[in-house]
Amino acid sequence: MKIAFTLNGQETKAEFTPGETLFHYLRSDEIYSVKNGCELGECGACTVLVDNKAQNSCLILMHTLEGTVVETIENLGSKSNLHHLQQKFIDEGAVQCGYCTPGMILASEALLRESEQPTSEQVKDALAGNLCRCTGYVKPIKAVCNE
Amino acid sequence: MNDKKEDKKEDNAEMKYVGKKTARVDGLALVSGQPVFADDIKLRNMLHAKILHSPHAHAHIKSIDTSVAKKVPGVKLVLTHEDFDLHYYTTAGQGYPEPSSRDTRILDSTVRFVGDRVAVVAADTIAAAEEAIEKIKVEYEVLEAIFDPRESMTSKILVHEQSDLTMVHDHKRNLIAELKAELGDVETAMKGCDHVFEEEYSVPYAQQSHIEPHIVVTWFDEHNRLIIRTATQVPFHVRRIVAEVLNFPVGRIRVIKPRIGGGFGSKQEILNEELCAAITLKTGQPARIEYTREEELYAARSRHPQILKVRMGVKDDGFIEAIDLNILENGGAYGTHSLTVMSVTANKALSFYAAPHKKLLGQAVYTNMSVPGAYRGYGAPQGFFAMEVMLDEIAAKLKIDPTELRHKNYVKEGDDVPIAKILGEGGEGYPMVIYTSGMADCIEEGKKLIDWDKLYSEEKTGRVRRGVGMIGCGQGSGIPGIDMAAAFIKMNEDASFNLLAGATDIGTGSDTMIAQIAAEVLEVPVEKIIVYSSDTDMTPFDTGAYASSTTYISGGAVKKAAEKVKQQILDMGKKLLKVEEAKIENGNVIANDGQSVSYEEICTKAFYTHEQHQIMANASHMSYDSPPPFNTTFADIEVDTETGIVRVHKIVSVSDAGQIINPQMAEGQVEGAIPQSLGYALSEFMVFDDKGAPINTNFFDYHIHTTIDMPEIVVKFVHTDEPTGPFGAKAIAEIPINGPAPAIANAIYNACGVRIRELPITPEKILQGLGKI
Repeated sequence: MKIAFTLNGQETKAEFTPGETLFHYLRSDEIYSVKNGCELGECGACTVLVDNKAQNSCLILMHTLEGTVVETIENLGSKSNLHHLQQKFIDEGAVQCGYCTPGMILASEALLRESEQPTSEQVKDALAGNLCRCTGYVKPIKAVCNE
Repeated sequence: MNDKKEDKKEDNAEMKYVGKKTARVDGLALVSGQPVFADDIKLRNMLHAKILHSPHAHAHIKSIDTSVAKKVPGVKLVLTHEDFDLHYYTTAGQGYPEPSSRDTRILDSTVRFVGDRVAVVAADTIAAAEEAIEKIKVEYEVLEAIFDPRESMTSKILVHEQSDLTMVHDHKRNLIAELKAELGDVETAMKGCDHVFEEEYSVPYAQQSHIEPHIVVTWFDEHNRLIIRTATQVPFHVRRIVAEVLNFPVGRIRVIKPRIGGGFGSKQEILNEELCAAITLKTGQPARIEYTREEELYAARSRHPQILKVRMGVKDDGFIEAIDLNILENGGAYGTHSLTVMSVTANKALSFYAAPHKKLLGQAVYTNMSVPGAYRGYGAPQGFFAMEVMLDEIAAKLKIDPTELRHKNYVKEGDDVPIAKILGEGGEGYPMVIYTSGMADCIEEGKKLIDWDKLYSEEKTGRVRRGVGMIGCGQGSGIPGIDMAAAFIKMNEDASFNLLAGATDIGTGSDTMIAQIAAEVLEVPVEKIIVYSSDTDMTPFDTGAYASSTTYISGGAVKKAAEKVKQQILDMGKKLLKVEEAKIENGNVIANDGQSVSYEEICTKAFYTHEQHQIMANASHMSYDSPPPFNTTFADIEVDTETGIVRVHKIVSVSDAGQIINPQMAEGQVEGAIPQSLGYALSEFMVFDDKGAPINTNFFDYHIHTTIDMPEIVVKFVHTDEPTGPFGAKAIAEIPINGPAPAIANAIYNACGVRIRELPITPEKILQGLGKI
C-alpha cells in the first residue's frame, strides 16, 4: 500500500504492508527516537505528533495517514540546534534514562502549541499518557511549566 | 577510623565540581533521540527470535514436534531442550561464585512456572517467528503445582526433583536457602521486657517496570568474535555467564552496554543473552530478542514476596531490647537472588535499630510461581515494611511519638553493628561501624516539612480523615568485600581526558557522576572528561550497577585513577620547570617562583619531545565498608471512610547520603523511587489465577504511577562527610524506595485507626478494618 504524507518536513511517499503501524514504519525507516515500551498504547514511549496532536504511533495504521503531517523529535531540534524544550529538559534534570524523553517532549510540545502558558494541571494531563519510571515526573513537569 | 576522618577534611575543601549541579554527559544524545539504545541498530541478515513460554505452572515436556514450525517461510532455527547439553547455572548477574541456586537450564524438559521457556524460534521477521511459535506442538504431562509458600516445605510436590543441584539448601523440602543467626540471647531478653509485640506482615510480587523492555542483539564481528549488545546492568557478568553456558571463550565475547532505558534490578539478570547468543553461534547470523510488555510482566523478574513475622521486646521507656525476625520468602520457580535478597531483608532490617539481642530465621522456598529477582532495594523494602509498621504499633501502644521512638532506637555514629557482620550478604560479612549518621537531622527536617506536630495529633473526624505517618531506614553502599570497580584515565594534548570505566550507567547518571569526580581531582571542567563506560572490550572490570555501589565503589576507583594521573602531570610539570616543588592550579603546574607550565604543554611535550610517554593510569577499588545511607520518609494522606480509598497528598523524603556528588541527579533518584513505592503500597501487585498464571500483564492492569497520580514530593538531603567514601559520598540509589509504603500504612492508622499489615493496601482492606464490610 502507498500514501503520501509529510514526515519531519519532507514530502514522503510511503510504501507499507496492510496493517503496518506508524511505529513500525518509523523504526524500519531508522527513526530510532520512537521507542517501544508496550506496542499497546499504554506507555507513550512511541509518541509522535500527527497534525500537531500527540499520538501513540503504535496505534496508528499507516493507511490512515494520507495527507497528514507527522513529526518526531528529529523535527524539533538537532544535536547542534536543540529545541528550547529539549534544552529545558537537560537544564532541569528531567532526563534520566532518556527512554521516555522524546515522547514526553513531543507530548509537551503538542500542549505548548495549543496553550502558550499552560497550568501545571494542564501539563500533568498532557503528560498522563507518557509513563516514566525514573523521574517521578517531578522534573519533567517543572521543565514544561517553566517554559 | 580516625586516619580516614583526617583524610576527609583535605578532600572536601573548596570543591568545584562535586556537589554541584552538572548537565548530564549523555543529555544531548538522549533529548535529541540519537540511536543510543540497544535496539537502535540495523544489521544485515538479522534474525528475530521469539520464545515459546509454558502455559502450565508445572509440567514435563513429553515431546516437542518442531517440524511444522520449521517449515514456516523465513524460519531459520528452532531450539528446544534437546539441542543443549545438561548444564545448570543461575541467571542472577552476581559476582563469582554466585550465591544463587544453580538450578536453571537454558531450555529444560520440565517447566516450572507459567512463562518458563520451552523453545525459541529465529526467523527473518518477527511475524514468521510468531507464526512458527504457534506451530510448535508440545505434549505436556501436567504435574501438580504448588503456589502457597507456606506449604512448600511440607509439600510432596517438588519444584526441582534433581538432587545434584548446587546452592540449593534442601530440594526435597523446596528449600532454596535458609538463614539462621542470633546476637545475644533473644529469649532471655524477651522475658525481661515490659512488652512483647508480635505480628505478621506480608508483601506481594511487584514489577520493576522499566520502560525499555529486555532487548539483546548478538552478532559475529569481522574477527569472528561474538558481540552482545544488550540492555544490562551487569555486562561483565553477562560475558562470564554466557561463556559458561555456551562453553565459548570469554576472550571471544564482547558485551556492549549502550544507553539503558531503566533497569531497577530487572536487568541484573542474564535473561535472554545466552539464548540470543546461542542463535548466533548456531546460525552465524545476527540475532535479536526483545521482550514484549506482556512477557516483561509474566516471564521476566519481579520483587520477592515475603511473609515476615516480627517479635519485639520493648521496655516501658520505648527502648527495643530484642528483635526476633522470621522471614518466609517466595522464591518462585528458580532461586535466582533468593538467598541474597532474603539476606539483605534481614541485614538491613536488623542493622537499623541498636537492640542488643537479635535473632533471625529466614527461609526461601520454591513455588510454581513467577520468578522474582533483583528489584531496587533488594529485600530492604520488604524488611522495612514489617519493621516500620511494627515500630508504629509500638509507638501507639506505649503512647510515644513515632519520631521519638525512632530517635531512641536507631543506630548512632560510633555504634558497632555486630549483626551486619554476622549476616553479611549471603554469607558472613565484615565488621560494621557507623562512621556517619545524619538520621537525627533527617527526622527533625522531615517533621517540619510535613507539619508533623500539628497533623499527627489533630482530631480525626468526618468521612474523609487526614493522617500522617513516618518511617526510618538504612541501606548500604555496595556489597562489602565483594563489589569491585576499575577505571582507566588517559590524558590528551588539549587537557581533555578519556575516562574508561566499568561503571554501568543504566539511566542513573553515573557517567556524569564519575566525570564530576575525575574533574574535581584533575581540576579541569567536567566537559574535559570524556566518559566511555561499561564495554567488556574497552573498559576495565566493574561488578555492575546494583547494590547502591556505583558512587561509592566505582566512584572510588575513578578518584584513585584520577589522583594517579594528577601526580603524573605534577611530576612531568616539575621536570619541565626544572623545580623540586610545584603545585597544580587551574590546569597549570606552578612553581614557587611563579613560573608555570600548562596541562596542554605538559601532555604535548610528553607525547612528542620530552621523556615521551602517555600520561595515564588505572585503578581498582573495593571496600570492606558499606556505610549505610539513612532516610526518613513521611506521608500525608487522607482516607475516605465510606469508600476505603486512600489519597496521598504529600511525601517527604529526607536522606543522609553523605556528600552529594550531583544534587540534581540525587534528587532525581529519590523522586523516581517514591512512585515505585507508592505503587507497592497502593496499586502495583501481580494477580494470579488459580492455575498460577499472572493475569495483569499489561500497563492498564498493572498500574504504575502517571503524572496525574502523583502527590506532592519533597526531597531533602542532610549533609554528612563519610570518611570512607569518595569526597565523603554514600549511596542514594535504593534507599528512598524503602519508605513510602510503610509510611502510608502508618498514616492510615493515624487517620482512621486501621492497621495495615499486608500490601497492597486496597479499599477493601480499609473498609474491613473499619468494620464496614
